[in-house]
Amino acid sequence: MENFVFHTPKTVADAVSTRKGTSGGKFLAGGQSLIPVLKLDLAQPTDLVSLAGLKKELSYIKVEGDELVIGALTTHADVAGSDVVKKIIPSLAVLASGIGDAQVRNRGTIGGSVAHADPAADYPAAILALDATIKTDRRTIKADDFFKAMFETALEDGELITEVRFKKPEKAGYLKFNNPASKYAIVGVYVAKYGPNVRVGVTGAATVAFRLPDFEAALAKSFDPKVLDGIKVSEEDLVNERDAKADYRAQMVTVFAKRAVEAAH
Amino acid sequence: MTSITLRVNGKQVTASVEPRLLLVELLRENLHLTGTHVGCDTSQCGACTVFVDGASMKSCTMLAVEADGREVTTIEGIAAKDGTLHPMQAAFKECHGLQCGFCTPGMVISSIDLLKRKKDPSEHEIREWLEGNICRCTGYHGIVKAVQHCAKNGGAGAVGDATKKESTNA
Ligand SMILES: Cc1cc2nc3c(=O)[nH]c(=O)nc-3n(C[C@H](O)[C@H](O)[C@H](O)COP(=O)(O)OP(=O)(O)OC[C@H]3O[C@@H](n4cnc5c(N)ncnc54)[C@H](O)[C@@H]3O)c2cc1C
Ligand code: FES
Ligand code: FES
Repeated sequence: MENFVFHTPKTVADAVSTRKGTSGGKFLAGGQSLIPVLKLDLAQPTDLVSLAGLKKELSYIKVEGDELVIGALTTHADVAGSDVVKKIIPSLAVLASGIGDAQVRNRGTIGGSVAHADPAADYPAAILALDATIKTDRRTIKADDFFKAMFETALEDGELITEVRFKKPEKAGYLKFNNPASKYAIVGVYVAKYGPNVRVGVTGAATVAFRLPDFEAALAKSFDPKVLDGIKVSEEDLVNERDAKADYRAQMVTVFAKRAVEAAH
Repeated sequence: MTSITLRVNGKQVTASVEPRLLLVELLRENLHLTGTHVGCDTSQCGACTVFVDGASMKSCTMLAVEADGREVTTIEGIAAKDGTLHPMQAAFKECHGLQCGFCTPGMVISSIDLLKRKKDPSEHEIREWLEGNICRCTGYHGIVKAVQHCAKNGGAGAVGDATKKESTNA
């Protein structure tokens, strides 16, 4: 690992201006994606701006109107164990409890996961299906505008995520087919019903999380797993790797979408 | 170099470290607490698991500077002052929860964390919780039995004696 300068700001404003003053700095939240990257020398930031000092300001779970609002530094363990999350969007607690392992959940944060945009991470499926908005130090970004490509988001250089706001669905379900060693999703499907509308978010299958308009339209007509049977998922943009080929992933998208509909509550 | 002060197994430690130093390197190389192991480069094996402010974390995936001002407990810090094994250590011994012993420090810490959160977990819950700890001897059967044994015989109890106030300089 290359050396870097370590900063410990205490407020959002301080973190953003500290980061701005660096030539090639990065924020450090739970470190569960960034530190493995640094250990493998896949990135050499000049500075690390620790967000630990912002924990008081940015670690919270609350309900505002029809939205579940989660601060960027809230850990996966806190989301998984939260009674509020279990009550308002139980499938989101299920998702958080299935991320990695206990130690990873004790450190990894929702803001870090969303900013990192790992193609196999769980939260991106929830962001899309639960019509989330991502609040940053400077603006609000809609779910559909957020994920751009593998590890690429709409965030500008030095932009800090402060909270994620999920719309409470009538019912929703998330299921993933995971890599047995890392728990990362080979295919993860989140289905959420909002009155007459349905949103389906898929992670793991492609290089970036995406929605499935055909599934959404069919489920909007009838929220029943059977309606997905005849709809073919295009293999074209799916990941084609040794552990899971594109045709297999396409089939798994349907299988897990059906199970997510069944599990929805 | 950055100066950090933390408590390790109840003792105050002050050290001057490079920001890139991992917590596990501080523990093993600077403090000679070699009970915490390193079994992988990919943050997956859990051999390096320690408590930081009471929650289990992988010390290979945390910088030493991030532990500044915090309370770290390693496998060396969980037994009683007089050397009596922690109930979880005793249960691992009793139930053959270890073979070569490489994964054991991490397994013991993770298992204590589980019983702190859930007094009487099911076998399934134990196996799920220990997802982040890999035993290369594959002796999971004895490990699960050890956790059940500990849960049935009074639980994981208190951890070490983090109340002792001594200072060392690393
Ligand atoms: C063994 C293992 C298994 C895992 N399994 C899974 C899994 O099954 N599913 C899954 O989804 N994830 C998994 N993860 C990843 C884990 O969820 C990470 O916690 C998460 O991806 C990153 O969050 P973090 O807080 O650790 O971020 P960090 O690693 O600290 O940061 C990641 C990136 O986000 C940036 N960043 C962090 N916070 C912010 C912010 N508030 N605003 C802007 N940028 C920010 C950082 O600069 C960095 O580029 C696994 C990790 C490990 C080590
Ligand atoms: S050494 Fe830390 S997880 Fe393997
Ligand atoms: S006892 Fe040998 S690695 Fe687990």
